[in-house]
Amino acid sequence: MEVAVLEASMTKFGQRDAWLRDLLAEAGEACLSDAPIDNDDVEHLYVSNMASGEFEGQTGVMNWLAHDLGLLPAYSERVDQTSSSGGAGIYEAWQSIASGASDMTLLVGGEKMTHKTTPEATDVIASITHPDEYKHGVTLPSFAGLTARHYLERFDAPRESLAKVAVKNHKNGVDNPHAQFQKEITMEKALDSPIVADPLRLYDFCPITDGSAAMLFTTEERAAELTDDYAVISGIGGATDTHVVHERDDPTIMGGVVESSQQAYEMAGLGPDDLDVAELHDMFTILEFLQLEGIGVADQGTAWELAMEGYTDKDGELPINTSGGLKSKGHPLGASGVAQGVEIYEQLVGEAGPRQVEADVGLACNVGGFGNCVITTIMEAAQ
Amino acid sequence: MTFDAHRCANGHVTYPGHTLCPECGEKQTETIDLSDRRGEVVTWTHSTATPPGVREPNTLAIVEFDVEDTFVRAIGQVTTDDVETGDIVEPVYVEELRDPDVGIKEPASQDWDGYRFQPIQ
Repeated sequence: MEVAVLEASMTKFGQRDAWLRDLLAEAGEACLSDAPIDNDDVEHLYVSNMASGEFEGQTGVMNWLAHDLGLLPAYSERVDQTSSSGGAGIYEAWQSIASGASDMTLLVGGEKMTHKTTPEATDVIASITHPDEYKHGVTLPSFAGLTARHYLERFDAPRESLAKVAVKNHKNGVDNPHAQFQKEITMEKALDSPIVADPLRLYDFCPITDGSAAMLFTTEERAAELTDDYAVISGIGGATDTHVVHERDDPTIMGGVVESSQQAYEMAGLGPDDLDVAELHDMFTILEFLQLEGIGVADQGTAWELAMEGYTDKDGELPINTSGGLKSKGHPLGASGVAQGVEIYEQLVGEAGPRQVEADVGLACNVGGFGNCVITTIMEAAQ
Repeated sequence: MTFDAHRCANGHVTYPGHTLCPECGEKQTETIDLSDRRGEVVTWTHSTATPPGVREPNTLAIVEFDVEDTFVRAIGQVTTDDVETGDIVEPVYVEELRDPDVGIKEPASQDWDGYRFQPIQ
């Protein structure tokens, strides 16, 4: 059974006064009120969230949201796959419709983080690491620094290529009213910003963010009865790589990206040449290169050339992160994968406003940990 | 505190150890002590904005050790901020790598001692 995305919405990302329950409700309510359905139609609710217990002491958020949005007695479940919780939520929602278990599924992803200090938030996220990593003070940004140095040295890539990713995504984010930063940056600013995990600097990293995003799923048959503006999930795949990051055979190959994208391409009957737009998980600039290579758009060690050539610019051959990416839009952990889906949906149904590009096929790659868990989703415009 | 890599009957070596070999699924039956060996820095970083209880900057390296006919990598703190890719290092024991009482993890849930990498001049 083909699965359709019937509606999608997101809250403003950034530093928000609202706590998680209100962020989730805001995105969920917006998605439902825009959709041509009654709330009673929702049979499954998935809430993508990494760490509500750790961040604010609130657990059981799926139950709270189901009650608050009047969705009882819909089946509800919280989905945690760390930073890829949102993509995992898309996977769960897709399964629920594709299997026939649900005819109408709401997915809401969200995270509330900014009330914690940067070191505290970094520690919550670093708690995903193996004890033998954690005791050394290994953080996700430090994995990015270690990998970026190796990539630059091994493939003789210029440091500027990483800054180009930050500059591009900030430029794209200017046109996204939901982005945390709607502000262009210069190459000089990116290259002179403070070191976080060298060779990476402040502008190589996404910010800490509050926010929520939602998507509504149904069968393609029902979507076609209700509206002309829907998208179809034509391919989806999920995969897991090593928990201990240094145990990977090649530090620059994200096995979960390779495997999940191959699954998605195979299901969709498409390949990297068929993509018109993509949202990649640029939690760190280096990840945009590793994912471009992992999804087969670039050969190993060459994605930096695409950034330098403008291939991935909004007006380039394959626009990457038209939303501004995690880099400028922000990264509320559990919301990010859903927000990637929101952007691809808006691009495919022609609702992206000043960010709009010509697109019939879009891909979203949501990465948990440092490539530990990955979901790749391919969506197509309704025929 | 040991600094042991683990090997299964098929000769696959990992650090740290696993319940079953990630490569072939067999039990890991042997250990290889890395604490008296020298390794080579594959990559490194100076991490700033570190979590509570972690030194700042925290210089980290991924180090590769040759073990018989294969190799195994480990990640760890470096004793100095002065390190380069390709440096030869040796493990140095440290009783407490970070303050266990101020991070998010339950202190009793894991060990906090271990080995830093010291470049050999």
